[in-house]
Amino acid sequence: MADFLQLLVAGLATGAIYALAAIGFTLLWQTSQTINFAQGEFVMLPAFLALIAMNLGAPFPLAALIAILGAMVILGLTFKLAIVDPLIKSGPLPLVISTIGVGLLLKDGVKEFYSAEAQPFPKVFPETPFSLGGANFTYAQIAVLGVALAVIMALNWFLAGTRTGRQMQASAQNPTVARILGINVNRMIFYTFLINAILAAVASLLIAPSQFAKFSQGEQLGLAAFVAAIVGGFNQVRGAIVGGLVVGVADNFAPTLLSAAGLSSAYRQALPLFLLVLIILFRPQGLVGRKEERAI
Amino acid sequence: MTMKTLGSVLLTAILAVLILAPADLTGLGLPWGGFRRSDIDVLTLWLITAIAAMGVNLIVGYAGQETLAQAAFLGIGAYLTALMTKAGYPFVAAFLASGLLSFVVGILLGFPALRVQKHYLAFVTLAFTVFAWLVFRNEEWLTGGVTGIQNIPRPTLFGFRSKPALVYYWFALAMTVALALVMAWILRSPWGRAFTALRENAIRAESLGVDVRTYTLLAFAIGSAYGGLAGALYAPFVEFIDPSPFALGPSLLFLLMVVVGGMGTQAGPFIGAAVAVLLQNRLEILQSSNPAFAHLSYLLVYAILVMVLMAFCPTGIVGLWQRITAPRRRPHADDKGPILGQVKS
Amino acid sequence: MLRTVSFALVAGLGLATSAMAQDTIKIPNIIELSGAGATVGTNWKNGSSMAVDEINAAGGILGKKIEMVFIDSASDPGKARVGIQRALDDTPIAIFGPIYSGSVSATLKLTEEAQVPQIIGGEAANLTAQGSKYIFRTSFGQNVSMPKIANYLRDGVKAKTVAVVYVNNDFGKGGRNAIIKELEARQIKVVADVSTEAGQADFAADVVKVKGANADAVFVYTNEEESARFLIEARKQGIDKPLIGETTLLGQKVIDLAKDAANGAKGHVGLTVDAAIPAVQEFGRKFQAKYNYKSDHNGMKGYIAPYMIKAAAEKAGKLDAKAIADALRGLTITPDKTPGILIEATWDETGEIDRISFLAEIKDGKQIITETLPKLKK
Repeated sequence: MADFLQLLVAGLATGAIYALAAIGFTLLWQTSQTINFAQGEFVMLPAFLALIAMNLGAPFPLAALIAILGAMVILGLTFKLAIVDPLIKSGPLPLVISTIGVGLLLKDGVKEFYSAEAQPFPKVFPETPFSLGGANFTYAQIAVLGVALAVIMALNWFLAGTRTGRQMQASAQNPTVARILGINVNRMIFYTFLINAILAAVASLLIAPSQFAKFSQGEQLGLAAFVAAIVGGFNQVRGAIVGGLVVGVADNFAPTLLSAAGLSSAYRQALPLFLLVLIILFRPQGLVGRKEERAI
Repeated sequence: MTMKTLGSVLLTAILAVLILAPADLTGLGLPWGGFRRSDIDVLTLWLITAIAAMGVNLIVGYAGQETLAQAAFLGIGAYLTALMTKAGYPFVAAFLASGLLSFVVGILLGFPALRVQKHYLAFVTLAFTVFAWLVFRNEEWLTGGVTGIQNIPRPTLFGFRSKPALVYYWFALAMTVALALVMAWILRSPWGRAFTALRENAIRAESLGVDVRTYTLLAFAIGSAYGGLAGALYAPFVEFIDPSPFALGPSLLFLLMVVVGGMGTQAGPFIGAAVAVLLQNRLEILQSSNPAFAHLSYLLVYAILVMVLMAFCPTGIVGLWQRITAPRRRPHADDKGPILGQVKS
Repeated sequence: MLRTVSFALVAGLGLATSAMAQDTIKIPNIIELSGAGATVGTNWKNGSSMAVDEINAAGGILGKKIEMVFIDSASDPGKARVGIQRALDDTPIAIFGPIYSGSVSATLKLTEEAQVPQIIGGEAANLTAQGSKYIFRTSFGQNVSMPKIANYLRDGVKAKTVAVVYVNNDFGKGGRNAIIKELEARQIKVVADVSTEAGQADFAADVVKVKGANADAVFVYTNEEESARFLIEARKQGIDKPLIGETTLLGQKVIDLAKDAANGAKGHVGLTVDAAIPAVQEFGRKFQAKYNYKSDHNGMKGYIAPYMIKAAAEKAGKLDAKAIADALRGLTITPDKTPGILIEATWDETGEIDRISFLAEIKDGKQIITETLPKLKK
């Protein structure tokens, strides 16, 4: 039981970060049919922006702010204007290819011009351990989970409870009707790119203290976000949240499940993908998705 | 001379250059010392890469699907060939078995995936690639695990030992030409024409009696078989295999090179593979010989090239060439491309 | 088809090779500059570049300046092989790298055929057992380090049961196989055998498994980053058993990353900047000043490689690949004649290295050497 609790909380904390990345992923998909193969690198980069700011003498809170703003400029504005806009008319494949290129560029750029080494990252929350039900946690772990969930709730409120949020939903569901209703669809699309950048930056700042900042981190994060988005339901923010948590938890229980099934724990990485294939074959709309529902 | 005959003359000329240029011709009284062994190897790698890319091109450029599994099929072919030739089977048997096994796996993989929704093949192949990579890594009794398989013999064919780099290059060249001809024949057959119809207008093709799913499935399986065949050539070429070249990253690079070259064209895979293999090789030499270029890593340059090319010419280098040489012709061979995501209505 | 022509021609022309100047000697390094081994390769590159700068400033080797050439293997044995072949075409006096054992395995036949000494960073046990007389290690093979660790577990830690945690790559798997063999030979029971992946998201499940095994000691054999993350998770879940490791558990990188959680980790270290040897500490200072971070053992391995060639070439009296390899076999290089070797080292006929090594512990965020183990053969 203690082990179960230990793994569940660890899985949820990582899963909440996957959820942030997966939400951004689905948002881009819904509003602009962009499948962002660089999503993992989007989560990798902001931590390095914060590190650069700190190297220049900024205290951590300022550095974190700079990371978020920097992400909005680079991963939101620039990405939209330089990569997505010129390509959107050419159909999805060139755009997919281009995002693969963006991923390579960010990854190799950080490696060449910052460092190939994993970088320690300031601990924002106290690492003080405490015991509960026989399992050991740290406050930092709980705080990461809390912050991630708070950000997700804030986003939900924004999408459902504000005028701009509802306009974004309308634009994603039916751009033509939205235009007729006088909504500036392009602006709404632009907002989703900014939101994606903010989510990526938050995920980056939350994950870097425990996983460190490393140029190659995006490979695993991107795959997790991708799987989470599909498992949850590709056209649902709710789906991305569920998917993220499921992937995070599944990964932590994988060694136990595998050894129970008589398989080597070396196949741990296969479990989320196995989930993905099952979902595709038997429930293509995702765990919580329904075929016809609001998009965001 | 018509364009067509000019084309075949030039094609023959290229082939002649590819056959002769790497060889030392001083024995024939010509002032040409040939290529160095490492450059010959780079050319061989280019040919093998191009074979796998031809397969991707069939899947992506003609059948309008996406595959993220070509490196995994390369691995299937490479491991099977390594195991069979080391167990004493002739290379020819291993080569054919590699193609066949990849074909069968392609069918098994594609059948359920294509049943669901068009773009889900991409997701299934992604999962498959990671899974195959894990099997290569973990099934030590079969694949040697992370330490790989060593001393894979180069075949002896028709009494010729293909151990020397140049001989193996010629052998790979012969196989590449043969497979390119097979591909050209496939695309020119009524069967291949159905693809073109499919790509231009799927609904119309279907109404004309083209069974979209069967055709797409076969295209995926054949494309994957090309991956397996390339792998069968790769294993004896490197004489050593381990799981790293068969991971997800290299699979993405295969997709990239086909689009960069120009998907849906027969020259595209060759050009894309050339850019990927030769550019890397030349850039690394430049990088290592001149400190000013120390940070000019191949992947950085490649990434920027891909992004710029996609922004200005999504039809790839072949498309760019067409645009330059024949501005009056139909500008884009295929702008619609395959649809990884469905456009929402 | 017409359009194919010009591309083929462009590609073909690109292959024409340029003439090389012969006033300097080139030494190609085929190392992991991208992919999974990028960190390792970068350390090696920095170390070897620094050594060559020093050698050149002091007049080079037998009067010739050295120029380093770096070829990225992308951590891929196939690419490493192509890289080595390219390097061999220039008939170099020596080849440095690769560092990943899989890449060394894939290439050692080539250097053997060409009779060029290959100074490797690989530590897998089987490398020196393959009969090549042209590979030379810069650090202990696992066949040497694992018996030392097993002895330490038996005599120092007095463990009867051990949980083994390893990273599932050629380095980790090789080490795991070697240590399990050594432990069994000493009647120490392996009660948990935990495989981890480089860059995996969580270590919670692995630590739960290790904790459940309740072994007398935990042997951790992963790369630096994963070592740090494992240590953090182990402290969090309150593992109070000794955490024992090899060089990669006790490195500066681990301390930088794991901070307090690294305290208390113990084990065997083949090469370390923290050794109480003036030459080593001087190296550490120079490296820190030049690259602004603390070198790990791969930086040191890269650093001694050019000095190995220098000493061997001076012994052979000529800059010839085969002569250098012959000179290196059975050679003992001492710091009083070649300060850059840092610690006296001897190479045997198979290219295995012998030198002193250390038992170390991390205390208050510093690696402390607790014991110096002598060379195996005097």
